[in-house]
Amino acid sequence: MRAERTLPLISAVAAGIAVLALTLVATGHDPVVALGAMWRGAFGSWDTILSAVLPRSIPLIVIGLGIGLAFRAGALNIGAEGQFYAGAIAATWAGLHLNGWPAPLAIAALLTTSILAGVLWVAVPVLLRVRFGVLEVISTLLLNFVADALVSWMVQGPLQEAKRIYPQSDPIAASARLPQVPGTRLHLGLLLAIGLAVVLWVIYRRTLWGFQLRATGAGPLAAGIAGRIDTKKMLATALLLSGGIAGLAGGIEVSGVSYALFQSLSPGYGFTGIAVALLARLDPLGTIATGLLFAALEAGAGGLQREAGVPAVLVYLIEAVIIIVVLLSDTIARRRSHGRF
Amino acid sequence: MDADLLVSFLTSAVRVATPLLLAALGETLAERGGVINLGIEGAMLAGALAGAIGSTVGGPWAGTLAAALTGAMLSLGFGLIAVAAGANQIISGTAITLGAVGATGAIYREVYGSAGVGLSLPTFPVIPIPGLARIPLLGPALFEQSILTYLGYVAVPALWFLLFRTRWGLALRAAGESVEAATAAGVRVKRIRIVALVLGGMFAGVAGASLVLAQVGTFAEKMTAGRGFMAVAIVVLGGWRPGRVAGAALFFGAAMALQFLFQSIVSNLPYQLFLMLPYLLTLLVLAGGVGRVRSPAELGRE
Repeated sequence: MRAERTLPLISAVAAGIAVLALTLVATGHDPVVALGAMWRGAFGSWDTILSAVLPRSIPLIVIGLGIGLAFRAGALNIGAEGQFYAGAIAATWAGLHLNGWPAPLAIAALLTTSILAGVLWVAVPVLLRVRFGVLEVISTLLLNFVADALVSWMVQGPLQEAKRIYPQSDPIAASARLPQVPGTRLHLGLLLAIGLAVVLWVIYRRTLWGFQLRATGAGPLAAGIAGRIDTKKMLATALLLSGGIAGLAGGIEVSGVSYALFQSLSPGYGFTGIAVALLARLDPLGTIATGLLFAALEAGAGGLQREAGVPAVLVYLIEAVIIIVVLLSDTIARRRSHGRF
Repeated sequence: MDADLLVSFLTSAVRVATPLLLAALGETLAERGGVINLGIEGAMLAGALAGAIGSTVGGPWAGTLAAALTGAMLSLGFGLIAVAAGANQIISGTAITLGAVGATGAIYREVYGSAGVGLSLPTFPVIPIPGLARIPLLGPALFEQSILTYLGYVAVPALWFLLFRTRWGLALRAAGESVEAATAAGVRVKRIRIVALVLGGMFAGVAGASLVLAQVGTFAEKMTAGRGFMAVAIVVLGGWRPGRVAGAALFFGAAMALQFLFQSIVSNLPYQLFLMLPYLLTLLVLAGGVGRVRSPAELGRE
């Protein structure tokens, strides 16, 4: 990434950490000790890197890629959390029925199911937008709450474990699980995430469709100048793909980490994913970097809570500060280039 | 269904609708000025916590005041980012809400301890209005409520008057329809929008307080559970008019109260279906209702 892109990012992260340090001081914690705990939580050992940061980065990168795709077309998909859960539910259901399948086939079947579920979940907002003009911001957002209730029902009803004790599903078939690096919690999903990022990067850079996507997002005027673009169709396609990718993230999480469905499977990946995508300026390769950054922040927040007794939820405040700083610096840069500043 | 059950359903519908109504009225102000404020969810959540802390310290009125101030401050922050600096309204609103989730979660654990023990707060009593509360069915539902519900009743005509019968309201609506025309007419668009946001933020804060101090009696992390977002949908459904917004809020209050009713009548259906109901109804109604009412032309524009 070039300097004018990385500079705001670095200052945004610095601002986020500064706000954290101030909050720590205000609440009577020693910021040096606390920030040290945060550092150790993320980069303290090979184990924290391989088993905490990298596995956590996978859903963030994949969801960030999905949200980035929608945002490129100007479709504000705020519902990745719900699409993630739709994918996770479908993946669990598939994973419970894949006993006896050879591993590569079982994994492919599970992940495909999760993609389809994500697409179906976002198809409702797409239909509402195209047919009735309901803003996707509101519809995708509302469906997050529906998905939350749906998971709660699934793990206490149709998908609950056979023993019927805990609100969770039985573990999925062994053959449907993504292979892990031995001795760590790092799984093959990381390669899938990176592969997806590279594919999207090529599509955005090298294909007409990628160009049309950008033109759609730039507004009707730009799309008109760029030639005959069916913006409605572009918007719908972008949202459907975006939902499918978020669903895939849910499938990867079930197949690579949890092996089962339960209520708090996502600690807000769908919302953090917005920050991940924005911070990367919707660039797929940049999304890998920002996904890693946020995974490190969240793993660090875990260390903060364990070692220094500071609530880990504080990490959302830092994320909010980072989003706002990047947003403001972008806005100011755009004003300058338009000569209106 | 017997009358007692119906009365208790209607009463809880109005009680549940109160935070929705207050938040939606606040959002109406913002949107009439052309700004869509998704930070309202965060303002409501922060208001709920401020209400809880304020009430612990100085009783429910202190809590309500603290909530109003907190909601106003958060919306001022949103206004500075989205209006003064002109950043994307949707993204800055989402960021404000995200930040509020983080801050309230952390502050709540600092103040009340992480175990989340059953916190019991001083709340507003139910005040039956003499005479009116005796009307069959609707009397107890509408007039045996807390003071914050009555505040909502008063706010509806007051907001209507402010929007449609004062110069300020005209200027705000002008800012919401056309920045160029409003500017030409001498309206300071950014300033009036920020004032409307701050005023609306106070409503959102009090809405959060009403959830804690007139409905639940305790605070929990993320307890607003999307009510702020629901308020945004209610504003659309109510066609940006206070009276109809109130009707829409009542409708959603009823949809949410339905789960209590059904859980006591049909127990063989999973209760989660009723948790989904208000959100699904919102989608359904938006699909059916949007398009007939035109939104403020500048709404959401950067």
